[in-house]
Parts: sequence; C-alpha cells; structure tokens
Amino acid sequence: MDKTLNNKAWFLVLPVLVVVAFSAIIPLMTVVNYSVNDTFGNNEFFWVGLEWFEEMVTSDRLHEALGRQILFSAIILAIEVPLGIFIALNMPKKGFWASLCLVLMALPLLIPFNVVGTIWQIFGRVDIGLLGHTLAALGIDYNYTNDPLDAWITVIVMDVWHWTSLVALLCYAGLQSIAQPYYQAAKIDQASRWAVFRYIELPKMKGVLLIAVLLRFMDSFMIYTEPFVVTGGGPGNSTTFLSIDLVKMAVGQFDLGPAAAFSIMYFLVILLVSWVFYTVMTNLDRQEAK
Amino acid sequence: MAQITLKNLAHSYLANPGKDSDYALKEMDHVWQDGGAYALLGSSGCGKTTLLNIISGLLRPSQGRVLFGNSDVTDSATAERNIAQVFQFPVVYDTMTVRDNLAFPLRNRGMDAKYIAARVQQIAQMIGMENILSRKAQGLTADAKQKISLGRGMVREDVNAILFDEPLTVIDPHMKWELRTQLKQLHRQFGHTMIYVTHDQTEALTFADKVVVMYDGRVVQMGTPQELFETPAHTFVGYFIGSPGMNLFDAQVEGNRAHLQGASVTLGAAYGPIKGRTQIGIRPEYAVLTRGEGLPVKIIRVEDVGRHRLVRAEVAGQPLNIVAPEGMEVSADMTHVSFAPQKINVYADDWRVQGSAA
Repeated sequence: MDKTLNNKAWFLVLPVLVVVAFSAIIPLMTVVNYSVNDTFGNNEFFWVGLEWFEEMVTSDRLHEALGRQILFSAIILAIEVPLGIFIALNMPKKGFWASLCLVLMALPLLIPFNVVGTIWQIFGRVDIGLLGHTLAALGIDYNYTNDPLDAWITVIVMDVWHWTSLVALLCYAGLQSIAQPYYQAAKIDQASRWAVFRYIELPKMKGVLLIAVLLRFMDSFMIYTEPFVVTGGGPGNSTTFLSIDLVKMAVGQFDLGPAAAFSIMYFLVILLVSWVFYTVMTNLDRQEAK
Repeated sequence: MAQITLKNLAHSYLANPGKDSDYALKEMDHVWQDGGAYALLGSSGCGKTTLLNIISGLLRPSQGRVLFGNSDVTDSATAERNIAQVFQFPVVYDTMTVRDNLAFPLRNRGMDAKYIAARVQQIAQMIGMENILSRKAQGLTADAKQKISLGRGMVREDVNAILFDEPLTVIDPHMKWELRTQLKQLHRQFGHTMIYVTHDQTEALTFADKVVVMYDGRVVQMGTPQELFETPAHTFVGYFIGSPGMNLFDAQVEGNRAHLQGASVTLGAAYGPIKGRTQIGIRPEYAVLTRGEGLPVKIIRVEDVGRHRLVRAEVAGQPLNIVAPEGMEVSADMTHVSFAPQKINVYADDWRVQGSAA
C-alpha cells in the first residue's frame, strides 16, 4: 500500500511553536541582540560583532566568578550527595515515623529562596542571630560579613540545609523500590552491610542519583537569591557567583552588551556540563549492561 | 546437614494474636528428614512462604521452636543456620558478573580462592552458563537470571538445607522440565535436604519424595505422592491433588454402607458412628460407568482431553467427574456408575476417618 503523504499535519505543531517562541525563543533572541550590539538607550543599536564576547572571555572578573562558582558546586555536590544517601539509608521504611520524616525532610524544600536567605542572614548575625551569637559566646571568632571563609561556610551550610532533602528524598524513593527478596537473598548469602549497599542499594539508586546530581548541579550553578540575600556577594567579591556578577553587571552597571554575552556563555556552559554529565552516566549504564 | 524439627510452631503477623484466624501458620509439629526432597504444596496464601522463611530464619516464629539436628536455632540468624534459599523472582547482583554472582556466597564465607574458582566452574556447568561467566548479570533474560539464583543457592556444599520458593515461576515451560530434572539429579548426587514450595501439583509430584500439603495455615498431609492420591487425609488434598480432583458427596455412613439420598454404596471398610458433616470421596479414576450396576447417573457432557475422556455427570443431585480411560466404552445406555469400594474414603468435617476391616 502506498503511504499517503500529507504535510498538513505540521500545522498541528504550530500552537506549541507559538507558545515556545513567545516564552523562550524571542526573549532569548533579545539577549542575542544585545550581545552583538552596543546601545546608549533610545533603542539605538550599533553593531559591534563579537567584541563583547571577546571582552568577556578574557575578563579576569568573569574568570574569578567562574572559579568560585565551580568550587561552590563541587563542594555542595560532594557534601549533599553522600549525606543525602546516608540520610535515606537511615530513614524508617514505613509507619508513622516514616511519614513524619518525609514531612520534616520536605519542609526546607517548601521555603521560598529569599526566605531561606533571610533566615540564615539573621540566624548567622553575631548581634541578634542564634547561631552567630552562640558561636561568639563560645569564643569562636565567626563573622560572615567580614571573613570570606565564614561567608563561604555560611553559604554552603545554608545550601546543604536547603537542598540535601531533595537528594535524600530521591534516594529514599529509589531505596523503597527495592524488593524485599533482594535483602533476604543477601542475608542468605551472608553479605556484609557494606556489600548490601555496594551491590544492591547503590546499583538500584543509580537512576535517581543521576537525576539528583544533575538537578543539584544545575541549581547550584545558577544560584543567586540565597547568597545574595545573606552576603550580597561579599565580603569583597568572595561570594560573588556567576549569577550575582551577571546581575551586578546588567542591572547595577547597566552594561547590557557584556552582560548579554556573559549570559549566553553562561547558558551554554550549563547546557554543556549537563550534557556531559548525562552522557557519561548513561554510557556507564550501557557498558554495564554488556 | 541435619534433620529439621518444628516444635509447636505457629506464626502470626499480628502483634497480639488471639483468634485462630489471626495465625498465618497454625500450631504444627513436624520432622523433616535429613536428605529428603520435600515439596510444599498449597494454594496461594496458605502459609507456604511463611513456613519457608521461618525455617531459613528470615522470620522469627511467634511461638514454638525450630531445631536443626539437636540444636535449637529459633533465635539464630540466617547466616548461622547455613541455609540456601532461592526466591520466586530472580535475585541477582546486577553490577557483578555471572562468575562473581555465583562466587558471592563463598567469598562471604571466606573460602579459599582456588576452591571458589573450581566450585563456580562446576556450578556454571550444571546450569549451562560456562560460556557467559564473564558477562554482567544485568542484561540477561529472566530465565538466565533465575538460573544464576539457583546456581547461587547450590554453590555451597555444606548447607543444612536448600529451600526453593516457587523458583520456576518465571521460567519457560520446556526449561522448567529440564531444571527440575537437574535439581532432582543434584539431590541424588549431594543428598541435601531440599524443600520446594509450589502451587503446581505436577511440579510437586515429580520433584519430591514426600509432598507436604498445606491448607489455611495448616499442614494437612505429609506423604508420598501415592498416599496423597489414594488416601487424602483432608478433603482439600483430595480436591487439590489430581485432575480433576476427588468427587465428594454428602452421605450417611452406617457400618460399611454409605447412603446418598435414597441410593447406597458399599464401602471398603466399616465405620463406627461419625460426628459432623459426613462425606465420601472417590477419585474420578475409580468411578466406572455401567449399564445397570451401581448408582443411577445423569451424564451432562463428555470431554475428550486426549489420553482419556472426562465425563461430567450428576449423581443424587451432586456433580460427579469420571475419568474414562482410552478404550473404555461410553455410550448413551450407560445409566449407572459404580465405585471401587476399596477406593472410597470417608470424611468427617473434612478430615479422613480410618475405617476398620469390614
């Protein structure tokens, strides 16, 4: 039988195209427009080609922010993933306590970002904050507004507090899907606790862990609100991450051209790293299946 | 290896069981001979798996003791009992190779590497997997995975018993036959006590020397396939074993005669007064259509199932199945059915009553 060729079906895709165009493509194109033009307001644009990109690629300021950003993401991943797994392993599996744990774990995830920032901003203050004041009373010299290390610790602890739940809940879901006979077989085979984790739990959690790592990487790489509320990027530039720097550049200094070039590169970096993560992890999977 | 004794054993999944129906396993006393091949047979939810898990130590019984040989292992962990168990659905360690999967129980016991390699090779040969030993277990079919599970169950030579919990459910029919034969062979070769849970009577009867039939949390009969067929101790055994199951009729028994609504049949033994609901049971294989001898029968239909014909009929208002072997005549003028007196069993409240010689 001959196939009927009818290209009219493409019209059915049109509504989606229109929605996506207005919500994503056109706004992105304005950014592209800014990145290759210079403007002095009044909607007058002067073509500058790739100048802004060159400026940004060689800018020390951007390099430093990128370095801080990578360090930040690396640290919180290194803490939140193992900690999340550990918590998930130790949560009760069923009954009242399991429900209670789930609710408690979900609480930090429900708090708006700027509220999290405000909570920690006050919590850490030496004069009125519970944490800051207690540390000071214990004789520990802690001040996140002066000391870059203290500022980093505060921002990282805050992120761990806010987001470890996500990793833990995902892992918990992964653990719950493991059928009882696996554990029973391990008992029969006299597997140690470590072997149960290494050969049963970890392999079964791999899928959700991939999602958790990806989500936490993307989120932490784009982090803005919480550190901005707590430290404002300071002291100095010590906690100025990429997003904070970008906003300073675009809204503070009104350097729209460089900021546009910056954000396009920023977007591409996140896209690239996420793609690398995903490809590496799915390839690992395929190799194991062989 | 050891004889397994269950003493006053009962189990309930509730914290404070009271009524009889709270118990998944009703109180039982049984001895499982060392080196025996047992099949645990019963319909779903009758407590088979519960009993198995109690023997292997995955569950602690609510009451009673479990003895291996002379030592009480009721409170011992699974590891100490040194038991192998194969589950209904394949359990393999996905990230390990087939070889590591098979070697896992031995490595956990700290066996010598040379011995492990040799033993794994031997088991692999048995389950026909020598050529894929280096493959990861993850991508294999359910069949292959279950064979690995079976292999892991048999890899330890010194186990007290090997327990199988419906292990062939996911296996292809032709493969089932082959694996069952292999298990049987292994049993002869190594003499491990084997307990095989199933709800498939063919599987049970071909595998085991002794079949244990469970019903509603009780072991209702423990016997050879022959005993289960000829003298079912409980109407459930009569109904569950055989295809179709035993015919049962409500009757009044007096001496060596049973009365069914106006008709009567001769029994192979004499019985004293019987209390409770009285039934007589006759296997379809032992009922014969006749031209005038025996009870009047109404034939409803005849099914040809290949090797024999199955006659669906009615006697005294109650359904009756008759198996007519090849060559036996079935015709329209056969209006009566006769039962072989020696083959009739009498039941009171579902339990078999032993008669005295007539």
